[in-house]
Amino acid sequence: MLAFTLRRLVVALSVAFTVSVIAFALLHLSGDLAITIAGPEASPAQVEEVRHQYGLDRPLPIQYLDWLWHAAHLDFGNSFFFRESVTALISERMPVTMRLGAIALTLSLVVAVPLGVLAAVYRGTAIDRLALSFCVLGQAIPTFCLGLALIIVFAVNLRWLPVSGTATWQSYVLPSVALGWYAIPAVMRLSRNGMLEVLSQDYIRTARAKGLSPTKVVLKHALRNAIIPVVALAAVQFGFMLGGSIVVEAVFSMHGIGHLAWEAISRNDFPVVQAVVLILAGIYITLTFLADVVNALLDPRMRVA
Amino acid sequence: MSETLPSALKAASLDQAPPRRSALSTFLVGSLGHGGLMAGAIVLAAIVLIALAAPLVAPHDPYAQNLARRLIPPVWDARGTWDHILGTDKLGRDYLSRLIYGARISLLIGSVTVLISGTIGTAIGVCAGYFGGRVDAVLSYLVTTRLALPVVLVALASAALVGSSLQGVIVVLGLLLWDRFAVVTRAATQQIAGSDYIAAAKAIGCSTPRIVLTEILPNILNPLIVVATLEMAHAILLEAALSFLGLGVQPPLPSWGLMISEGKQYMFFSPWVIAIPAVALVFLVLAINLVGDGLRDVTAPENRN
Repeated sequence: MLAFTLRRLVVALSVAFTVSVIAFALLHLSGDLAITIAGPEASPAQVEEVRHQYGLDRPLPIQYLDWLWHAAHLDFGNSFFFRESVTALISERMPVTMRLGAIALTLSLVVAVPLGVLAAVYRGTAIDRLALSFCVLGQAIPTFCLGLALIIVFAVNLRWLPVSGTATWQSYVLPSVALGWYAIPAVMRLSRNGMLEVLSQDYIRTARAKGLSPTKVVLKHALRNAIIPVVALAAVQFGFMLGGSIVVEAVFSMHGIGHLAWEAISRNDFPVVQAVVLILAGIYITLTFLADVVNALLDPRMRVA
Repeated sequence: MSETLPSALKAASLDQAPPRRSALSTFLVGSLGHGGLMAGAIVLAAIVLIALAAPLVAPHDPYAQNLARRLIPPVWDARGTWDHILGTDKLGRDYLSRLIYGARISLLIGSVTVLISGTIGTAIGVCAGYFGGRVDAVLSYLVTTRLALPVVLVALASAALVGSSLQGVIVVLGLLLWDRFAVVTRAATQQIAGSDYIAAAKAIGCSTPRIVLTEILPNILNPLIVVATLEMAHAILLEAALSFLGLGVQPPLPSWGLMISEGKQYMFFSPWVIAIPAVALVFLVLAINLVGDGLRDVTAPENRN
């Protein structure tokens, strides 16, 4: 188990390292930084001075290591546009995205797992077909279309919930539905397939033969084992959701890090973009690492890898 | 699916199908008997035909502005006219004509992206599956790294870097969306790499490129086509999202995502401005997904749930 964890840790760290190189490259591909920092009216001499002052005349590997050192201490430099430290900008907006992601994940699990279990228990019936069609349809609806549709129906016509912003908890309802929607098909399919597999096992037959009620067999004996892969998927989906929240935050004008990254990209403010890419990738890498370890703890067969 | 993959890879490969060749006749009979596949194929064929024949079927020039006829509602509205069946947009351009030309953009982006990403992903997956060992470790690491990158964010940033345009979006998506191709072709290649016919080909002295091209590729074609279909839908959705966020296809091109974005400010009073392109998008993606799911059922019945 320890060897497995160490191996996975090495992979996770090297992936994180590669991602940091990509994030660093992103900033340096965005144009001559000295010109960007000095501003459009700066004279060539001023640009050279900025270049020297910011250490942009050093070799790239040195600049990379310097940047990585600071990034490891959560110092991502200053935003070109906001003239503020990137770390302050991100920590100010992170809670919105985290809250959004957490609610969206909870919503999608609450809908998808029971639906998947029902579909498996009533396999081949109308319930199963309905759940599967719901999945196919769900995957075809783009997040931003769903978001706009929710706004038109629930915010504009019915006036139940706010159109945009993050002022109250009600503001999070529609964005979470729009964001969580996307994860439902994957989670539902996995819980349905996991359930089908578990239900065909011998110990389930034994439990049934003992005369346990069908509800007890499904909820107590089967669900416990069927849910294991869902836990790992949920971790991965949470990572995807933080990345995908950029679209939802744009639709609902929520000022989370997705919105921040979108503004930053439009304004060529790449220190911010770079930091958001790095942080989101870091969260994703951590979550998948933890999911792998938890999975291996629960299921020793996984440890062979 | 091997038990040894990290959850990230597993999550990306939920839809993978094992390879299996079926005779043309069984394939046709199976396809005709599969309702979802037929419905998807008919809708998709209709959209492709309309897109190809756009200059013939579009009632107006999609770029011709007429500021005197702005935001005319569709014909089912009391204020609609038969001259503009789906109404006009904020610049008085005929909405039906723009919708028809927009289908060309979505289909072009979907197919070219899949060509690029499919080539990259298949090359990676086949090499990893065929050679195994170190090669597999390095290539799987590459896939893990790609999965750690938040795709919408990196696509947005890269599109901004290469310059937002139709070609830019295609290149960016093509270079980003190869992960599932790699995961699926890797698993499929691993399954057949130990087959007798591969051993026989090696024994009679076939070169590696020849084995890959004439023995492996034809035998992983089925899952490859299924992934290509589903990834095409993915690319179309991502393009729409990028264009919606203003960093994809640029005006005056009639991309559906861009039409939704341009209509966003009018959606409270004229919801049809966003509803029409959104419905078109859902129909196209739904049709492609139905074809993909259907092809998987027909070509790999043992994988059906």
